Amino acid sequence: MSVAVHIEGLRRTFGARSVLDGLDLDIRRGEFVALLGASGTGKTTLLRILGALERPDAGTVLVPEARTIVFQEPRLVPSKRALGNVIVGLPRTAESRERGLRALAEVGLADHARAWPHTLSGGEAQRVALARALVREPDLLLLDEPFAALDALTRLRMQDLVADLVRTHRPAVLLVTHDVEEAIKLADRVAVLRDGRLVTDETVAAERPRDATDPAFTALRRRLLADLGVRENEPAVESIEGGRR
Amino acid sequence: MTTAYPDLVVPRPDLPRPRRRGVTPVLRTAGPLALLAGWWVASATGVLTPDVLASPATVAKAAGELWSDGQLTDALGVSLTRAVLGLLFGLTAGLVLGVVTGFSRLGEELLDSPLQLLRALPFLSLVPLFMVWFGIGETARVILIAVATTFPMYVSTAGGVRTVDRRLLEAMRSFGLGRWRLVAEVVLPGALPSLLAGFRLSMTLSVIALIAAEEINSTSGIGYLMTQAQSFSRTDILSVCVLIYGLLGLAADLVARGAERVLMPWRPRGAAR
Repeated sequence: MSVAVHIEGLRRTFGARSVLDGLDLDIRRGEFVALLGASGTGKTTLLRILGALERPDAGTVLVPEARTIVFQEPRLVPSKRALGNVIVGLPRTAESRERGLRALAEVGLADHARAWPHTLSGGEAQRVALARALVREPDLLLLDEPFAALDALTRLRMQDLVADLVRTHRPAVLLVTHDVEEAIKLADRVAVLRDGRLVTDETVAAERPRDATDPAFTALRRRLLADLGVRENEPAVESIEGGRR
Repeated sequence: MTTAYPDLVVPRPDLPRPRRRGVTPVLRTAGPLALLAGWWVASATGVLTPDVLASPATVAKAAGELWSDGQLTDALGVSLTRAVLGLLFGLTAGLVLGVVTGFSRLGEELLDSPLQLLRALPFLSLVPLFMVWFGIGETARVILIAVATTFPMYVSTAGGVRTVDRRLLEAMRSFGLGRWRLVAEVVLPGALPSLLAGFRLSMTLSVIALIAAEEINSTSGIGYLMTQAQSFSRTDILSVCVLIYGLLGLAADLVARGAERVLMPWRPRGAAR
């Protein structure tokens, strides 16, 4: 299977601290990789390098031409309506509008096309941001903690929506998150970033949709949390919100 | 390396390269120096004849003379006092009016239209009226400068105050901030970028108003120096005065820049490029 992302020996230094220190990672086409790590471990830096927002100090980075980012905040242009935000930067043709409307319909906002960003709720705005990323038909979709600012219920709905959309469009996905459950629920592979390298890189075998009460799920979660430096007391807390941050 | 992955590319960030220290000041001084060099070359090659504009050397000599016999320092002192005094009144008035119309709906409804109307009057056309109203003394000059500088400050302040985040105001109200403290601690700091923009415009305008004001039967100041030089066709002294106006404008800009740094330590520098 062909490769969508190839990273070899990637290094990025801030002052005297190497946040990324000889990191290697390959993502296949259509593969969903979740990247976990504590705050300040360089997850977002890695994503920003892949999105060409930051420069690496050393190493090889190869990505597809078509790639888009969903940021933690929606980052919508306040002076453009929802549809205008979705098709921002595309040629101003009827065809673009058509595609933009389809993308908005896919995220369930068909009747909000003419809404101003400030009238949208947090979840709606983030769905517009998702539509903006998908309308470009990316080969690589970069998700930078896209659900972190949302309330718990909206977050669950957004996770399902992203899972659906990724299944339809089949881009390679790199999801950066703190949320172990989210990572296991969505990803084909989960990696943990610590001290500038990937300390874990594990394929999630369970069938979808994944059940958080499945023993394999909880075992994997406990392992990943341990890699992140969190020791859970036996028995693990079995709520949906357990282990978050 | 690349050949193994034919359809992948290296991400190339479109970022400004970090500047080495000292490059910015050099580039900033390069512009004025280039102007000076152009002037000097034009004078030396005879493109600019002395009856049009004196050469830099002659102007420097004239400046030296005016400086050593004390005329320049006197004139500069008088003119600066007028400009600063007028500016002070103008900025205060603009600030107060701007906060009132920007922050209170009633204030906007009552004050905005009359102020916009007055703003549309060219202040130069007020010079003869002011002479009738306030006589030909210092008062008329300072008031003229004050009036001219009020409006840019007013427009910028009102605009800046209006753009302060409403949600932030709501939150601060919930923490029990009264009207005055809200204005002083949240609204004005939030509107500072606009206030400083207004400050800059007003400073430049104060120099322009100064020239107009010093044409009112003046017996001192740079304007007076210019009038005299004009009647004796001394283009060198005229050039000195024009240069001083230019330098005043530049100094005003430096003051505004410095104020930006000192007054807004929370703002990242050189952002949005």
